[in-house]
Amino acid sequence: MVELARRRPLQAGRLPGSPVGLLIAAGCVFLLVGSLVSTIFAQQTVAGLATGAVYSSLALALVLIYRATEVINFAQGEMAMASVYVAYQLIHWGFSYWEAFFTTLGFALVLGILIQLALIRPVQQKSVIAVVIVTVGLFILIDGVVDWIWGASIKFMPGPFGNKIYHVGAVSIARQDIGTLAVTLGSVALLWVLFQYTKLGLAMRAAALRPASARLVGVRVNSMLALGWGFAAVLGAVAGLMAEPAEFVLQPTLMQPILLYAFAAAVLGGLESPVGAVVGGLAIGVFLNLVGQYVHLITSELRPPFAFAVLLAVLLVKPTGLFGRRRVRKV
Amino acid sequence: MRPRASTVGTAAAAALVLALLPFTLSGYHQALAAQVAVFFVAILGLNVLTGYTGQISIGHGAFMAIGGYTTAVLSRDHHMSLVLTMVVAFAVCFLCGLLVGLPALRLSGVYLALATFALAVSVPQIPLKFSKYLGGSGGVQSAKTVGHLWLYGTSWTVAAILFVLASLILRGRTGRAFRAIRDSEVAATSSGVELSVYKTLAFGVSAAFAGVAGSLFVMGTNGFAQPSEFGILLSLQILVGAAVAGLGSLSGVLAGAAFVGLLPTISSDVPVIGSTHGQDVVFGALVIAVMLLLPTGVAGLVPRLRRLRARA
Repeated sequence: MVELARRRPLQAGRLPGSPVGLLIAAGCVFLLVGSLVSTIFAQQTVAGLATGAVYSSLALALVLIYRATEVINFAQGEMAMASVYVAYQLIHWGFSYWEAFFTTLGFALVLGILIQLALIRPVQQKSVIAVVIVTVGLFILIDGVVDWIWGASIKFMPGPFGNKIYHVGAVSIARQDIGTLAVTLGSVALLWVLFQYTKLGLAMRAAALRPASARLVGVRVNSMLALGWGFAAVLGAVAGLMAEPAEFVLQPTLMQPILLYAFAAAVLGGLESPVGAVVGGLAIGVFLNLVGQYVHLITSELRPPFAFAVLLAVLLVKPTGLFGRRRVRKV
Repeated sequence: MRPRASTVGTAAAAALVLALLPFTLSGYHQALAAQVAVFFVAILGLNVLTGYTGQISIGHGAFMAIGGYTTAVLSRDHHMSLVLTMVVAFAVCFLCGLLVGLPALRLSGVYLALATFALAVSVPQIPLKFSKYLGGSGGVQSAKTVGHLWLYGTSWTVAAILFVLASLILRGRTGRAFRAIRDSEVAATSSGVELSVYKTLAFGVSAAFAGVAGSLFVMGTNGFAQPSEFGILLSLQILVGAAVAGLGSLSGVLAGAAFVGLLPTISSDVPVIGSTHGQDVVFGALVIAVMLLLPTGVAGLVPRLRRLRARA
């Protein structure tokens, strides 16, 4: 265990060297200067950070699973959507918002663990593509089940933060945006502490990155992988619950656009890097908001293609994403 | 590598059944069977790319959209015969495939999968933006519509031709190069396989097949090419079909096509769950079940059965 802890490659994310770091620093300076110059710019940036935080947390869920299982979980968004419906039901039964919130996170944890145990583990050893297809099947299945239980019609759900707006100078900031940012980034930070500073977190990282060596030092790899799926589902549920007040209404398609941007965020960040996922999510949120505000050619229907075109451009320059490491292949 | 006599026999038997089938089917079922042919062609194309060269694509719905719009626009503006538009769609999509394949050379694995996913998301948005030429969300109506029997006959004839074409490509030098790349890029390069040429070529061929599938698809929807029909779900269906069929072998393609082409319709009336959601619940559950039971698809079943028989 001690030896594992000392090995550099196991560290969750290292800030990469010059070009990417410079790029991000330049982006931050640009945003800061812009916000000081124009109030609209500042408002759009804050709102973009809030939506970006939602993308970040779902992207981080994807990255957690990718590191452990080497697959993209297509059902991640739908698992989150199902969790939001559970929260809706609990509130309907008279729970307060935050009671429902934490109960739902518990539900998501169990859901994630059960899915890994029952559906993913049996195919995991056999083929990667089979796991991907299972998650696609899950996507369709969860969609159908939610539709079956709650119906496809729009549901209304109270948001946790209300409609209050704060004024900082001339800039007005919605309380909801601040709340969303605080809750999502807070849960990301909590998870980071768990992974970085607890024995359980160390065991989970070891199980995901070096399963064979981890098993040799007594880590229960299978349980750790299942727990990883559980935590990913919790993060997804946080993303879903925080996305919902922004949308105000609840529909089975709630998470589908968010999942798209979360994919983009995860790839932008480099898929294996948790830091990358968070940075990628925030960047995409802010970027899309600013482009929507200032570039009139990019109408709302062109927004996803545009986001992906930019993503592709980044990938062509840096095929492993901003924070990804180039893999050395052996013959 | 000569094909086994039994393989040719099975293929011939399947062709015979498909040729006789329309005489026992109603018009509605003929159209349904034609839809299976659409998936057959698309899965064939995806298999060339993913099964034989190991490049994953979740974006074949995009190529189908390009092929479908080619057919609809050519028919609307130039009154071109529908069969001829398929040839054009093949060529157009081949070029598009090469264009996509070139940047794809730099990507691999999951990154490539997500890049093609981006393609599937983006392409259906283009008609919405350029609604003057491409009809917006209402779509493009081709000048001619076709009957069920014509559709059935054409679809399966085209499917058969492309099946033979695919097996010819995959049997020869090109197919060997594809498989070498899939198994080890480094080893393939050192044996003189030009990676960039063959990987791009695989993308082109695969996209061309998908384009023809798109043409047939549009003919099957009364000549309407609509953006909503070519959504991400279509790409996922093709991927699921290819996985059910089994990657890296052509023997299961018919089963995979039937799975994604027929199941949603069959399962739309499940007794307990009720109409529309039943379709998703049953389809999703079956996709998972098939992958749990047959992780290598139907094609993986054949060698398994052969081994069992050898043991007995």
